Amino acid sequence: MTDGGPVLLTLVLAAVTTVILLLIGTPLAWWLAHTRSRAKPIIEAITALPLVLPPTVLGFYLLILFSPNAPLGGFWVTLTGSTLAFSFTGLVVASVLYSMPFMVQPLQTAFEQIGREPLEAAATLGASPRDVFFSVAAPMALRGFLTASVLTFAHTIGEFGVVLMVGGNIPGRTKVISIAVYEHVETLNYAEAHMLSGGLMLFSFAVLVIVYALNRKAPLHVG
Amino acid sequence: MSDKPVLSFRFRLSHGAFQVALAHDIRLAGITALFGHSGSGKTTVLRVLAGLESRANGHIAFDGTVWQGEQPRRSFVPPHERAVGYVFQDARLFPHLSVAGNLAFAESRSRHRAPVSDFETVVGRFDLEPLLERRPDSLSGGELQRVAVARALLARPRLLLMDEPLSALDTPRKAEILPYIARLPEQFGVPVIYVTHSVDEVAYLADEMIVLSKGRKVADGPVGETLARLDLGPATGRFEAGVVLEASVVGHDTEYRLTRLDFGGARIEVPMLEAAPGARVRMRLRARDVILAKIRPEQLSSRNIIEGRIVEVVEEPATPFAETLVEIPGGLIRARLTRRSVADLGLAPGVAVFALVKSISLVGGITAVKS
Repeated sequence: MTDGGPVLLTLVLAAVTTVILLLIGTPLAWWLAHTRSRAKPIIEAITALPLVLPPTVLGFYLLILFSPNAPLGGFWVTLTGSTLAFSFTGLVVASVLYSMPFMVQPLQTAFEQIGREPLEAAATLGASPRDVFFSVAAPMALRGFLTASVLTFAHTIGEFGVVLMVGGNIPGRTKVISIAVYEHVETLNYAEAHMLSGGLMLFSFAVLVIVYALNRKAPLHVG
Repeated sequence: MSDKPVLSFRFRLSHGAFQVALAHDIRLAGITALFGHSGSGKTTVLRVLAGLESRANGHIAFDGTVWQGEQPRRSFVPPHERAVGYVFQDARLFPHLSVAGNLAFAESRSRHRAPVSDFETVVGRFDLEPLLERRPDSLSGGELQRVAVARALLARPRLLLMDEPLSALDTPRKAEILPYIARLPEQFGVPVIYVTHSVDEVAYLADEMIVLSKGRKVADGPVGETLARLDLGPATGRFEAGVVLEASVVGHDTEYRLTRLDFGGARIEVPMLEAAPGARVRMRLRARDVILAKIRPEQLSSRNIIEGRIVEVVEEPATPFAETLVEIPGGLIRARLTRRSVADLGLAPGVAVFALVKSISLVGGITAVKS
């Protein structure tokens, strides 16, 4: 192993993205599962956009947004002194947006499958809405959380286009596995490319097996 | 219960074209039945009382606490702060928790409320000890509902709402659970509102009843009087229509396996009951099981002949049938006859008649032994 940097960076990026998306995606999925608002289809469409857009398009817009001349990019520069583009933070922001549907959609499905019935029962037993979520909905959606987290993690590991646009190829900061593979192939370093590609393929296969195995098992018991 | 709490509500709620609008004040004691056919809005009423229908407009107050108000501005107490227990038709146990976990869930969230009963007592009263470690998905329908009722009680409710808790069960399972429900107000001091479309369950369990039809209240009052009303036919159902009488056990005939009952001087014999002489029983008597005669019949297989006087006759146009209300010493009974019989016998208010009741028709109809 001559080139462990990209692997570690990729794992850190995927982990941070998954944690952030758990925090953002859970309330969003909960809202989508229960709202009667007319805005629901619009919010659902926005959430699903990264599924259909070429990653380069998303990356392009993010790059413009991250520019020090843009409000967000400028604000970030005054706040931290560095730019969002070509930084690890910028990669995290991009990954969160890019992997959003992989967190929100499985969670929304899981929440919808629970239905209102157990939540109503919990409320009549004296549980506040927050209590209902943590004591009933979350444990009942445990498999949804696992599936969503695994998919988000794996999808972030596999991203390429957005990273290329937003992050570039800076070792230790933005050079993730997919970029490294691209670089190795460009420089005809096939041995390294094989190592990283083969490893990623095995990993992805294992992840998908886990997801499908989770989906066919009997309900998880936690109490 | 020292003071009987008053529940007063008036509200309106639309589900598309279907509208439920109801106003009622009731001093709750024992079990009050909310009775009506499916689609009459019973469940909606219960859900509004529990706070599960936030779109309902109106005013609801229980025992001095306003749960929902419009004046001076709109107020709404969420379900978890209303201290109502709710037993759903489909039990709704939490699948991720064991039976013990389900019960503990309710108990741990109600510690600030006045105790109804402690964990051990409730588990004992509902015979749940052997089930505690089981998962809800391994329980039978009857066991599920027993756990659901126990769980609702452990939430220390001031009012228990029950939505057709027996409708998913077969007859033997119903018979297994009914006694548990009948004893609730006495054992736990909690008034119960019980939704059902079954006249049998009303007769067995309830003291007062409210009859709903198409989202409106059509009658309310003591169960005996309300079931005796002939004008409620469409709401209570013709085939199951009848009355509920209270009687006391006079004695048993062990040779022929019969029990003699007395209500206000009239005596009848019924298949032997497990009740001591002097015990009070409730007897449900269906209109279709009563025969009327103008003169005292003799040499008849039926041994239950009760003297009475016709109070009311309602003929049902365009059908062969007529309903009659007969006053007997212990109350009122209904008899369902053909219009032809009414005409032939000249039955009209004031006419003296003999009512015949076949003992066998009372099997299963004498149920609650009221203390």
